[in-house]
Amino acid sequence: MDVSQYLDIFLDESKEHLQNLNTSVLNLEQDPENPETISEIFRAAHTLKGMAGTMGYKRMQTLTHDMENVFSEVREGNLKVNAAMVDVLFRCLDAIEEYVTTIQETADEGDNDNEPIIKELNAILENKGAEPESAPAAEAPAAAPEAAPAADGGGSGAWDAIELNEEEQKALEDAMTANKKIYGVTVYVQESCLLKAARAFLVFKAIEEHGEIVAANPSTQDIEDEKFELEFSLVIATEAPLDTILSAIKSVSEIADAKGAPFAGAAAPAPEPVPEKKEKAKKAPKAEAKPAETTTAVAPVKNEVAKKAEKKPEKAAPAKPDAKKGTKPAVNRTVRVDIEKLDSLMNLVSELIIAKNSLVSTATSAGASGNGLNEQIEYLESVTTNLHESVMKVRMVPIESVVSKFPRMIRDISKQLNKPMELYMSGEETELDRTVVDEIGDPLMHMLRNSADHGLEMPEERIAKGKPECGSIFLDAYQDGNNVVIEVRDDGNGIDVERVRQKAIERGVMTEEQAYAADDSDIINLLFMPSFSTAKQVSDLSGRGVGLDVVKSKIEALSGEVDVKTKLGEGTTFTIRLPLTLAIIQALMVVVGGEKYAIALSGIQTIENVSPKDIKTVESKEVINLRGTVIPLLRMDNILETESKRNPGADMVVVIAKKGDKLAGLIVDELIGQQEIVIKSMGKYMNKCKFISGATILGDGEVALIIDSNALI
Amino acid sequence: MANELSTNVNEIVQYIVIRIGDEQYGIDIKYIDNIVRMQQITRVPQVPDYFKGVINLRGEVLPVLSLRLKMGLQKDEITKDTRIIIIKMEAHEAIGVLVDSVKEVVNLSTAEIERVGFDRGEDRGAYAMGIGKHEDGLITLLDMDLVLQGL
Repeated sequence: MDVSQYLDIFLDESKEHLQNLNTSVLNLEQDPENPETISEIFRAAHTLKGMAGTMGYKRMQTLTHDMENVFSEVREGNLKVNAAMVDVLFRCLDAIEEYVTTIQETADEGDNDNEPIIKELNAILENKGAEPESAPAAEAPAAAPEAAPAADGGGSGAWDAIELNEEEQKALEDAMTANKKIYGVTVYVQESCLLKAARAFLVFKAIEEHGEIVAANPSTQDIEDEKFELEFSLVIATEAPLDTILSAIKSVSEIADAKGAPFAGAAAPAPEPVPEKKEKAKKAPKAEAKPAETTTAVAPVKNEVAKKAEKKPEKAAPAKPDAKKGTKPAVNRTVRVDIEKLDSLMNLVSELIIAKNSLVSTATSAGASGNGLNEQIEYLESVTTNLHESVMKVRMVPIESVVSKFPRMIRDISKQLNKPMELYMSGEETELDRTVVDEIGDPLMHMLRNSADHGLEMPEERIAKGKPECGSIFLDAYQDGNNVVIEVRDDGNGIDVERVRQKAIERGVMTEEQAYAADDSDIINLLFMPSFSTAKQVSDLSGRGVGLDVVKSKIEALSGEVDVKTKLGEGTTFTIRLPLTLAIIQALMVVVGGEKYAIALSGIQTIENVSPKDIKTVESKEVINLRGTVIPLLRMDNILETESKRNPGADMVVVIAKKGDKLAGLIVDELIGQQEIVIKSMGKYMNKCKFISGATILGDGEVALIIDSNALI
Repeated sequence: MANELSTNVNEIVQYIVIRIGDEQYGIDIKYIDNIVRMQQITRVPQVPDYFKGVINLRGEVLPVLSLRLKMGLQKDEITKDTRIIIIKMEAHEAIGVLVDSVKEVVNLSTAEIERVGFDRGEDRGAYAMGIGKHEDGLITLLDMDLVLQGL
């Protein structure tokens, strides 16, 4: 069977499940007894196994299968979670991730069997085997009725677990009044079956030739979505005899068996079970469903008990998707879209906005103000603005997808360095443009590693300083206007500015005088220079001098910026500021020296008219005192290497730009107004100019440069 | 190098002949994406003077290079013949090159091209990879890779 068309979905979903597993195992380490986490893990592992099997990745399947076995034992209470086991599980997850990566690159899983991990997994299982079998078996029956009350609901098979909702109940009654017979049927799919959903569909078809399906467990939707293990149960209303139905089902290929009996659930609620019948019905499914199950190998006397114990997981698993039913429609309404399609959509919206701008300027220059044209253009403007916002929202994803792997990473580092530490995250739901989110993972990882490795002290040192032994790292994300801010903060030792200063002199980056004249923040910024690392020891994690400079260039490539604040002995905070969107912004259009420029509106606080008389000079810099705040002035004509055409005596237009808590006044010649602009890259030849962040095409086709006020402050 | 002259004797390459001052230069046609008339160029501050600025080419913003200034000649005088040649090479970003005028397209076989030793320090020799002989005139063939390399 050709499964290559499913490869993308397989990769996507495998990654999701792996992430899920990583998070869950991490939770498990904290809370080893949590039954929800355990079944979550079991489900994810099981799905992963199934997917790998379907795609024909045997090695990955084998590994996940063994991992699933371990979880299965944990879930049944036969195995206790311990640190050693968690370590093996993590290594196992890493190995699976490797398979996925290899598959992504080569469409093949590679030839690493991961024998050692499989052996360790089996060793865990065998250790458990040494424990007396009777203990869990005795416990389990007590739990079983609780987990699956429906199993005892009367009748004679797995179909009795089906709980009818009102509608189904009514359909059932209608069918009975129409003198149809009601059967409960359980269909068993062969374990080797690749396309379970497709087989189930054929089964439905076969049944519908003779009657109708009234109810199903799992729900028909779940069955179609392949959310069942190896069996599913149906309630059928038909005029045909049961045998006809069963043979019709069995005629579908890859169906191992089908069992059925008149359905009792419809008649009376929960009559007493008939023991012999029940047992008989159960025997068959068990033997088929889990032939490899270790418990089936125990002495025949215990057989019945053991089977009852097994009944629990068998029932618990299908019961879960049912419980999720309420939330299901929300999931179904999402669509996976190729990011390239969104990019082209975004480009089209950009083109549309340029066309709209040009229409506006044509209409203005033609002086066609009457005949409702203005209203129509305004309407068009609001539509394009909304369209842009909607497209932008579609492209937004929570940063969760990248940050969720960090707790695991910090845990590993903590173990590796023997340094207790804890990662606290907030604002994972903060959304950013998809392209930004994809790029932000590496820089964040560098910074976290940096904090974990260099920032936090060793526990002895921390205790000596009166700090808690366990170091803390914080990752906080939040939206601030048109920016998203991500802070990486640790309560470690902070950056030793003096040491950086010495290093700068040593390395010849600065002369001694320069170094001592420079203020602390300039010195700290040296850390972002290529190959400038102060770590005394080069460790496996960081300290090779690659890192912070990579972080900076990556963030700047995303039109963002990074800032450090540190206090010796108390810790360091890295602040990353990223634009919410990269493509289209609201901008203020200004004129300087006869040329048009755009300034992002998000960076502008106010616009002031200032008389030249009010300019003061402080430390040979021009400033104004604006309502009690001293603001440095920047003459844009000088900065842009042009000549102002404004009358020097007249009042000046000053655009007050802000960056964090810093302000600056940009003196421009005149204002044109606010406009929505599409940012275009100017390419690498033109990016030497730091305060020009790009260009935009105006309505008349002219190119205007975009001033990055942040870079000027 | 991508545009190293082939040793194959009979190979014929098409060149666009441009004029800068009194000299004729040839650019391999395979690197030329488009030739557009002079249009408004937006000046960009703080870039070397041989960059004239950026233009809007069908919605894309492209930098424009003055070949004259790049070769150390007098600065461009914009006339009705001034053209911007859009160069697209795999190894470089797309760029517009400002020339005094575009004359014609010529076919030059390898036999008609003389590979002379150039004094790289000399203005017109700095970016040349050969001299083409065509009818009555000589055409300095530009090594565009070399032109764009150091930008």
